[in-house]
Amino acid sequence: MNNYPKELHYTKEHEWIRVDGTDGVVGITSFAIEQLGDVVHLELPKVGSKFKAGESFGTIESTKTVSDLYMPAAGTVTEVNTSLTQAPEDIAQDPHGKNWLIKVSLEGTPGNLMTSDQYMKYIAEEANH
Amino acid sequence: MASQTPLKRTPLNEEHRRLGARMVDFGGWDMPVQYSGVLDEHKIVRTSVGLFDVSHMGELMVSGRGANDFLQRMTTNDVTKIAIGQAQYSALCKDDGRVIDDIIVYRRGIDSFLVCVNASNAEKDEQWLRAHLPSSGVVLENQSAEYAQIAVQGPKARELVQQFVDINIAGLKYYWFAEGKVLGQPSIIARTGYTGELGYELYVPAQHSPRIWAALVEGAQKFGGKPCGLGARDTLRLEMGYLLYGNDMDESINALECGLGWVTKFAKGEFIGSTALAEQKERGLSRQLVGIQMLDKAIARHGYKIFSALEGGRELGWVTSGTVAPSLNLNVGMAYVAPEFSPVGSEIFVEIRNERKRALVVKKPFYTNGTAQL
Repeated sequence: MNNYPKELHYTKEHEWIRVDGTDGVVGITSFAIEQLGDVVHLELPKVGSKFKAGESFGTIESTKTVSDLYMPAAGTVTEVNTSLTQAPEDIAQDPHGKNWLIKVSLEGTPGNLMTSDQYMKYIAEEANH
Repeated sequence: MASQTPLKRTPLNEEHRRLGARMVDFGGWDMPVQYSGVLDEHKIVRTSVGLFDVSHMGELMVSGRGANDFLQRMTTNDVTKIAIGQAQYSALCKDDGRVIDDIIVYRRGIDSFLVCVNASNAEKDEQWLRAHLPSSGVVLENQSAEYAQIAVQGPKARELVQQFVDINIAGLKYYWFAEGKVLGQPSIIARTGYTGELGYELYVPAQHSPRIWAALVEGAQKFGGKPCGLGARDTLRLEMGYLLYGNDMDESINALECGLGWVTKFAKGEFIGSTALAEQKERGLSRQLVGIQMLDKAIARHGYKIFSALEGGRELGWVTSGTVAPSLNLNVGMAYVAPEFSPVGSEIFVEIRNERKRALVVKKPFYTNGTAQL
């Protein structure tokens, strides 16, 4: 069974964010990775890129499909996980921890996000569809 | 979007669900896209043996006096060159030379053939052939529902299949077949496939197919073989540069543009599409399907546009298929380009989300270590 850490917040598009003051770390959930299958390519933004909440900041690709990555909150990219872009298949291991995607400097307080309990309920419903 | 009509199911649908496959809507069919994972299954087929349910493919039987002449007129390849027990890759074209389907024609007798067609085209092909049947003599039967088709593909395929058939398949050459029994059931055992590896396609009676599939799955285990889904089938075929109808060609593309020239035999005499295709050949093609390899780190996908330069330049065509080539650790694809960019070594640019990425025209197949013809 997957573990969705309590300290993270989640989007309906299956990104997560860890908020620490005005700093945020963004990744995607293990549920999303299971749905995608083998991840073979990641396109992440350059440091300094600015995004609104809900805006696409990159893409994640499996052998078959390309999916957009959406910003859980508004902010500016401060760091990109380049070791992951070199070996995107590694994301399946520890997607909620060391295999984060980007770090951001947040603008304002993130809103409209789910807690881990809400997210687990949400994906249980998605899986039944 | 969920479609309103219920998905069609192959006779092996229950087996896939029982084995935990992930199912998807593939052209109206509820099919397994993956079992253990696309990359894992891909590797298993290249190194051991994989089992694919391809029962969605259509089986059209053409028989009766005049069947040979009928197919000679309907298909692009030369039917008279097929011996009894031999198979031939071919195509059905419209009068203007555009591709209705790519097919495999199996000669079962002097005037008896099995035509294996793509799932999504089966009804269309049947109607097209029926509309051109001579007034008497030739009988066309759509037996798609009676057959399940199991592709056993990989270097260990011969050893695995031999355990379940009543004929010696050691002498069965590439693109030949035999009529025998699989687990006691009358079947067609064809040395054909879509992966580039040594392999067999077993046309078995639908009602007995779950038992045959289960036996093959169990038998494959000792080789490390496994059931595989359509995801791996796609990466395997693309590494070989094999065409996928609906992606790489369709009714807007003629047989020469998509590289079916090698199965278009003008010397055999007139056939449907021959006049238009001969004219095209004479005049020169306006586009050509080529193999491409990405130089920049990116994956080309179906529909992406191709340009002649990093900035500006002109539009040359579009990507038809693209993925990672797991055996090669490269990103490859196929694309239509203007003829002057078709030579191997031409540099082209694929537009991916508003950014142009460098790519090179390369020779197909991308993967050259396959065991298909061993």
